[in-house]
Amino acid sequence: MGSLQLSSIRKSFGTHEVLKGIDLEVKDGEFVIFVGPSGCGKSTLLRVIAGLEDATSGSVRIDGAEVVNTPPAKRGIAMVFQSYALYPHLTVKDNMGLGLKQAGEGKAVIEERVAKASTMLSLDPYLARRPAELSGGQRQRVAIGRAIVREPKLFLFDEPLSNLDAALRVQTRLEIAALHRRLKATMIYVTHDQVEAMTLADKIVVLNAGAIEQIGSPMELYNRPANLFVAGFIGSPQMNFIEAGRLNEQGAETIGIRPEHITLSREAGTWKGRVEHVEHLGADTIVYLETEVTGLLTVRLFGEHPYATDDVVFATPDAASMHRFDAEGRAIRA
Amino acid sequence: MSKARSSFLRTGLVHLALITYTLIALFPVFLTLVNSLKSRNAIFREPMALPTPKTFSLIGYETVLSQGDFFGYFQNSLIVTVVSIALVLLFGAMAAFALSEYRFRGNTMMGLYLALGIMIPIRLGTVAILQGMVATGLVNTLTSLILVYTAQGLPLAIFILSEFMRTVSDDLKSAGRIDGLSEYAIFFRLVLPLVRPAMATVAVFTMIPIWNDLWFPLILAPGEATKTITLGAQMFIGQYVTNWNAVLSALSLAILPVLVLYVIFSRQLIRGITSGAVK
Repeated sequence: MGSLQLSSIRKSFGTHEVLKGIDLEVKDGEFVIFVGPSGCGKSTLLRVIAGLEDATSGSVRIDGAEVVNTPPAKRGIAMVFQSYALYPHLTVKDNMGLGLKQAGEGKAVIEERVAKASTMLSLDPYLARRPAELSGGQRQRVAIGRAIVREPKLFLFDEPLSNLDAALRVQTRLEIAALHRRLKATMIYVTHDQVEAMTLADKIVVLNAGAIEQIGSPMELYNRPANLFVAGFIGSPQMNFIEAGRLNEQGAETIGIRPEHITLSREAGTWKGRVEHVEHLGADTIVYLETEVTGLLTVRLFGEHPYATDDVVFATPDAASMHRFDAEGRAIRA
Repeated sequence: MSKARSSFLRTGLVHLALITYTLIALFPVFLTLVNSLKSRNAIFREPMALPTPKTFSLIGYETVLSQGDFFGYFQNSLIVTVVSIALVLLFGAMAAFALSEYRFRGNTMMGLYLALGIMIPIRLGTVAILQGMVATGLVNTLTSLILVYTAQGLPLAIFILSEFMRTVSDDLKSAGRIDGLSEYAIFFRLVLPLVRPAMATVAVFTMIPIWNDLWFPLILAPGEATKTITLGAQMFIGQYVTNWNAVLSALSLAILPVLVLYVIFSRQLIRGITSGAVK
């Protein structure tokens, strides 16, 4: 219960094409994350799946049934929004129950499902309150509760953590992961934050400028990015890109090496350079250095390292972890 | 210290300016109220003076209440004003919702067309309106006034409300659609409560010109049964003799209902600010 097929979804606003033919298959129970820079069309795609936006062309199938002409309320979906979008004049309980009430469910069913969801999200003490009387984290839990109560085939999340502060974001992220395990429901989640994508997803869909760049599990994207865009987008700090010509590499245009795949030494190594800036994070030390061969290079070292600005160091890349890209930015696989 | 002093000076000046403006604005009202309580001679001898036991007189109010059907005029004014405001708010909000919410061909042109009325005075069309009312047999009915005032109030209402409705969170409307609310339910139950402050503003701006209007009642509904309060007060103004006591008393009485309506709307204005809906 809860598969999704998108085929050649296109969406234009006037002459501007936002989605350029999206094909995607989501299996039952999968946690799929759309990730991409702002303006890449990921939210529009989610709204097309929800039925809040009509696709210019293409087909959306939920559980095998074409839903392009089905209104949002009848698609068997539930959505959680970035701004929570709770009804300000209703109590928490009524907020959660409204969808079922509109669908004509009986009072007993509504009571039972709201009670179940509120226990799951520890919202019991707040059921009689209005959204204005809740904190941001509580409001987002109510919004998630409102989605759970509907028992949808598909959960849609539109950047649900963006309005929360950092600590709450991590906590809510864990709750969403736990929720997915518990409900075994199909979830589609939109974010611009690659950390959220990496930590939550079974499958990540990387979007850029209205097209899919790559689909894969978090580790597939990390280890085998299909192109320069994915390589640069996944992983933090960003992968280093070096012109192949500078390294005398043949048959490639750009060489990519992740900051964590470079080691530093004061005595000897492949590239000699000077430290520009160091960020000491405790668990990690991020060193930015300027080398003669590669230009600016970011290096991520684990643990604490006493490097300082203007130190002369040698950087050595792990040859096995180098990524090679051709002139079009596509990855070259051996 | 100098900073504290200069800010004191600045707030002092601001207050001085505001107080001066308030006095200027309230002066005619004050003059009307004070003189409505004086005898005819006292009005002319010392128009600025407060009523003393010697000059105090309720003759103006007695005249107003005994001559003509003053409560009838009041009622007419109230009916016309309240119904017009209700229609302006309803249709204005609906049009504004459509303009701000839906993408359709000619949306911008339609918005401009509807806002054009702010710049073109409706009185330019008086002759055509009168001909229309005569043709439809609506002359000397309150309906004619209500129709004209609704038309008069709509452009500003649509302009203000559509700007406000654009600020209502899209997510909230989307959530409503996913929960299966109809477009009407989204409009009445989600959007309208959130734009209540704007509705109150529009109501106040719409109400005052309607209540004070003399032009259209005089032309469209001068009959005894449909006279409004402003028109009713005119009967004490003659070509040669004006009964100032009565005119001033009538005007003083006419202030009251507007004041009450204003208090109602301004309370809405404050109460309508809902927080916590989004963010």
